[in-house]
Amino acid sequence: MSILIQPETKILVQGITGDFGGRHAKLSLDYGTRVAGGVTPGKGGQFFEHKEHKVPIFNSVHDAVAATGATVSVVFVPPPFAADAILEGVDAGLDLVVAITEGIPVRDMVRVKRAIAGRKTRLIGPNCPGVVTPGSGPQSHGGCRIGIAPGYIHKKGHVGVVSRSGTLTYEAVYQLTSKNIGQSTCVGIGGDPVNGTSHLDVIRMFNDDPDTHGIILIGEIGGNAEVEAARWIKANVTKPVAGFIAGATAPAGRRMGHAGAIVGGAEDTAAAKIAVFRECGIEVAATPSDMADALLRAAKAKGVTLT
Amino acid sequence: MNIHEYQAKALFETFGVPVPKGVAAKAASEFDPALAQLPEGPTMVKSQIHAGGRGKGTFTDGFKGGVKFCKTKADAKEIAGRMINNTLVTLQTGPAGRKVQTVYFTVASDIKKEYYLAILLDRATSRPVIVASTEGGVEIEKVAHETPEKIFKVFVDPAYGLADFQVRQLIAGLGFSGAEAKGAAKLIRNLYTMFWETDASMVEINPLITTPTGEVLALDAKVSFDSNALYRHPEITALRDLNEEDPKEIEASKYNLSYIALDGNIACLVNGAGLAMSTMDIIKHFGGSPANFLDVGGGATKDQVVAAFKIILGDANVKGIFVNIFGGIMDCNVIATGIIEAVREVGLKLPLVVRLEGNNVNAGKATLAASGLPIVSGDTMADAARKIVQLVA
Repeated sequence: MSILIQPETKILVQGITGDFGGRHAKLSLDYGTRVAGGVTPGKGGQFFEHKEHKVPIFNSVHDAVAATGATVSVVFVPPPFAADAILEGVDAGLDLVVAITEGIPVRDMVRVKRAIAGRKTRLIGPNCPGVVTPGSGPQSHGGCRIGIAPGYIHKKGHVGVVSRSGTLTYEAVYQLTSKNIGQSTCVGIGGDPVNGTSHLDVIRMFNDDPDTHGIILIGEIGGNAEVEAARWIKANVTKPVAGFIAGATAPAGRRMGHAGAIVGGAEDTAAAKIAVFRECGIEVAATPSDMADALLRAAKAKGVTLT
Repeated sequence: MNIHEYQAKALFETFGVPVPKGVAAKAASEFDPALAQLPEGPTMVKSQIHAGGRGKGTFTDGFKGGVKFCKTKADAKEIAGRMINNTLVTLQTGPAGRKVQTVYFTVASDIKKEYYLAILLDRATSRPVIVASTEGGVEIEKVAHETPEKIFKVFVDPAYGLADFQVRQLIAGLGFSGAEAKGAAKLIRNLYTMFWETDASMVEINPLITTPTGEVLALDAKVSFDSNALYRHPEITALRDLNEEDPKEIEASKYNLSYIALDGNIACLVNGAGLAMSTMDIIKHFGGSPANFLDVGGGATKDQVVAAFKIILGDANVKGIFVNIFGGIMDCNVIATGIIEAVREVGLKLPLVVRLEGNNVNAGKATLAASGLPIVSGDTMADAARKIVQLVA
């Protein structure tokens, strides 16, 4: 098994006719992901064509769900319209909405988060690389790739990866795959200060997933989400966990690319978070090159096999 | 995006948040007409820069204090003459300081008591939080640490907005009654409206004051805005002061590069914010010192790489360059070609270590090797970081 999505999950692409959404819809189709439909208001009835694939486009998420039975959508809609696109996916009763869009105003996300509280839909992102559950084909082909991650670097297996950052996730996945260690699911929760799913939410799912045997938790400066997750891990998780925190050299008060990556107080520095990781029994990767090895050390200490 | 105090106070007035009467001047020739708009008597002169600690700052010519109390308008004019076009160094500006290009004259208010009031996003609850304290005019972090019971917070439900009972909670916490309570309640409501309507990321008044005549006023104003929301606020975008920003950062933003200058000597060029932060970290880990944060984003086109090299080389402290690209979707060979073209165009004389990983990486590495340029290749991030640190040492 895996978390959030399986290889057979049917997905919709909101914003499939845009450059960005279209490019990644094609890559997902190439990966073998079941892209069941696209949504672009005003372009319903047209088709998104790629090689042998002919993906129907709908005017609304409701129409797309009714026609395809898709349960998940990915949002590539530009920032001014992204909050609306997320709410439409939630209103259509999807299980999961993954928002890739970078640059959504914080106020919009504050309203969205309040509006979807208590609804059945889970939101991941925004400003995230998406979610990948690798498939069993060559180079993990046949998996479910939602978002912008390179699919081919994955390998089907038993390690869960959760991160705010795209390229750091790829770094971790690449190291794991190079060591012949596969992944159950890789989740990018996004670099914004207000997001739908936290590190802790994903850690809980990995902990409950019998097919996930080890976890890599990648965080960065700013906020206290990693600390919250670490304390929960200490109390609840027996699986081996490795952690990395980016931003040890970032000066206070400067935003490091991600809107959320900004040191505001003494407790959201990298040093403070790393100290909490250690205290909570998480094996800390000294550098990003050490993430897979750190997990191997943690697994060895607990006598867990990851392959 | 940050704005100046005088701009923030003008915005406060638009939203009905009372401030002491004040006028800004951008040149010595504007002092007389500006001061003519204020009544005779005690006047404050305030240097306008985007950094805190102005009052305790020192100008590079030795003149002390970026915020001064003057008994008369004539004194104020003289003091302003010392500040304008002078460079002010505070705890937050770094040793280079900031050139004062605007001074702000305000009526010096009589202070009965100082308070603290701020509105910002609470990340844990994803809601706006109003923070208030009876201890104003001092560092709020210190108050929070030493006397947390003197800080009051209310979390605003974005679906309902600021509720009256929450305003009453704040008023009671701050100990206001009578006319002061009325004035403070109105001020808090209006300030929240401004925070919400303008997509502010932070509004801070330190100190908020009461006067002997029962007024409640914002004596200082620090406001910053969510850059992602500026597209819907042209009136706020117009307040941007490019003089307050690093010219290299402005140049970078034209190419969609996210660049922040640091004080080390190893320049970094990386794709992705998380990887860029970790690249700085790994340089430090191996004993080097990063010169910048630079995220070229997911695309990393040739134009971007050329622009990035030019910006990096504009920093005289840079003694070596570390390019770290994880080409997940992008073809590493295309990236390698872009790096070579960029190097040829800018004429590189410094050590350059490139670490490429991902899609079509072998072709990319071969292209770099065949270029005849003195580019050192690193296999992993750690390997490449070690190499650049050694080359620069």
